[in-house]
Amino acid sequence: MATRSLRVTEAGARVYRRTWRASVISTFLNPVLFLLAMGVSLGTLVDDGGGSATIDIPYLTFLAPGLLAATAMQTGAGDASYPVMAGIKWRRTYHATLATPISVADLVVGRLGWVTIRLLFVTGVYAAVMTLFGATTPLEAALAVPPAVLTGAAMAAMTTAYTANLKSEQGLSALFRFAVLPLFLFSGTFFPISQLPDYLEPLAFATPLFHGVSLCRGLALDDVAFEVSPAWSVAYLVVFAAIGTVLSIRVMRRRLVT
Amino acid sequence: MTSPLVEARGLVKRFGDFTAVDGIDFDVRPGEAFGFLGPNGAGKSSTMRMIGAVSPPSEGSISVLGMDPVADGPKIRARLGVVPQDDNLDQELSVYENLLIYGRYFGLPKKVVDERIDELLAFAQLEERRTSRVEPLSGGMKRRLIIARGLVNQPDLLLLDEPTTGLDPQARHLLWDRLYRLKLEGVTLIITTHYMDEAEQLCDRLVIMDRGKIVAEGSPRELIEAHSTKEVLELRFPVGEQAEALPRLDGLGTRVEELPDRVLVYTDDADVTAATVYDRGLHPEGVVSRRSSLEDVFLRLTGRTLVD
Repeated sequence: MATRSLRVTEAGARVYRRTWRASVISTFLNPVLFLLAMGVSLGTLVDDGGGSATIDIPYLTFLAPGLLAATAMQTGAGDASYPVMAGIKWRRTYHATLATPISVADLVVGRLGWVTIRLLFVTGVYAAVMTLFGATTPLEAALAVPPAVLTGAAMAAMTTAYTANLKSEQGLSALFRFAVLPLFLFSGTFFPISQLPDYLEPLAFATPLFHGVSLCRGLALDDVAFEVSPAWSVAYLVVFAAIGTVLSIRVMRRRLVT
Repeated sequence: MTSPLVEARGLVKRFGDFTAVDGIDFDVRPGEAFGFLGPNGAGKSSTMRMIGAVSPPSEGSISVLGMDPVADGPKIRARLGVVPQDDNLDQELSVYENLLIYGRYFGLPKKVVDERIDELLAFAQLEERRTSRVEPLSGGMKRRLIIARGLVNQPDLLLLDEPTTGLDPQARHLLWDRLYRLKLEGVTLIITTHYMDEAEQLCDRLVIMDRGKIVAEGSPRELIEAHSTKEVLELRFPVGEQAEALPRLDGLGTRVEELPDRVLVYTDDADVTAATVYDRGLHPEGVVSRRSSLEDVFLRLTGRTLVD
C-alpha cells in the first residue's frame, strides 16, 4: 500500500507542476501582507500602547509563529476541500484513479502526503518572509515549521473527511465561514487566549489551531512559554490527523466504491 | 476450452431498495468481444463496475481473471483497462500528462510509460495533440484519449462503458475501427451499449439486459435467428391513419408490431409482403424493407425500444 500511496503523492506533484502558478502569488503575498498589516502596522500600536498588554516581546515577533500555524491550517483546509470535491464530483478524477490498482486508502493517504509536502513549501516560504521582516531569527522561524506542517496536515485530514461527505459545494463555503475563519481569529494567533471571555477559553483550548500556535510559538520563541505541555499538543494533533485520515477513508469508500 | 476471464453467477447489485442487477449469470471468454446490450437503466453500468472491482456485489459470485474482486481489487485492476461512460480526464492537464500520471498509477517506470504514450497517441490519432490541454479537445478526441489511457497498462481485459455515446457518426466509426484492431490483437473486450448497430459491429457474443435481468444471450446472428424473422417491413402512414390501417394488416408476415410512428411487419420476404400491403388497398407514405436487427430482438423480448 505504501508504494501505491506514493504514486498518488507523485501525481499530486505532477499536477502541481502544471498548476503552481495559480497559488504561488498567494503563497508569497499572503505572509508579506499579513506581517505588514498586522505585525508591523498594528504591532507598532500594540508595542507603543501603555495598556495592559500581557506580552513583553515585540508584537511582530509574537504574531509571526502563530500566523505560520494559522496559514498552515488554512492551506490544509483549502487543499482538502475544493480539490477533493473536484476529484469526487466536478472532474471525477478520483473515479479514474480508483479504476487503477490504487485503492481508496492509497488515494487518501497519498493525497495527504502531497498536501504535507505542499505545506512544507508554503510554511518554508512563510518562515523566510518572517525572517526578512526581522520578526524572528532564521533558526526560530525554522523551528516553527514542523509543528505548523503538522497542524496543516491534521486540518487537511479532517477536512477531507468533511468534504467527502458533502453533496453540494455550499458546505464548503460554510466550512470556511463557520470553522476556518473563527479558528483563525480565536485560537491564539493574534492574542493569547487568556484574552478571551472565560467561558470561551475551554473552547479555544479544544481546537487544533490552538495547539499548533502554542507549539510554534513555544518552540520558536525562548521568551514565550507553551500554553500547554507540548507533548499534549503533539499528541492532540497526531490523533486529530489519524482520526481525520480514518474517517476520510471510510467516508470516501462509501462514496466512491458503491 | 480455456477458463472464462469473467464468470458471474447469480450476481445481484442493490442500492437501498432499488435492485440494479437482479441475479445474472454470464461468462466472458478470452479473446472475445462481449457485449451488454440494453436501454439506459438496465443495469449494464452497475455490472461493469462490479467487473471493474470498484463495486462489491450485493449477492452472488463473480470472478475476474480468476480472482475475487472484493479481496483482490488492486491485483485485478492492474490487468484491466477501464473506459468509463463519462469523461473523467484531468481537464487542466495535457494529453501527455493525463497518460503519464495514469501509467504511473500502475507503477510502470516513467521510461516505459513514455514509450507506450508514443504508441498510444499514434493509435488514438492524437500525436499532434500531445501537449494540448484536454479541455478544448473535441468529444471524439477525448473518447480516444480515454481509450488510450485505458490501454496504458496493456490490459488483458478492456471494459468499455457506452464508448460512443454522444459522438458523431464519423467519430464513432473511427472508434469502432480502433476497437476492432484491439480485438485482432487479442485483447478481450467487454462493451456496454444501447446502440444495436454498435453491438452488431463489435460483439462476438452478447447478452440483452432489461430491468436488471438477462433476457437473451448469443451471437448477434443467433439472437436474430432465434427471436426475429429474416426481414422487416417498416410502414409509415399519414398522421392519424395508422390506427385505421392496422386491422387491415392482420395476418401479414409472422408478426405485426405497432410503434408510435410506424408499423413493423416481421416477415421472411419483405418484398412479397409489401406487394400484399398494396394489394389490400393500403397506401403507406413510406415503405422500407430491411434485415432484422438486434433492435427487433429487443423489441420482441421486452416489448420496448432500446432508445426512447
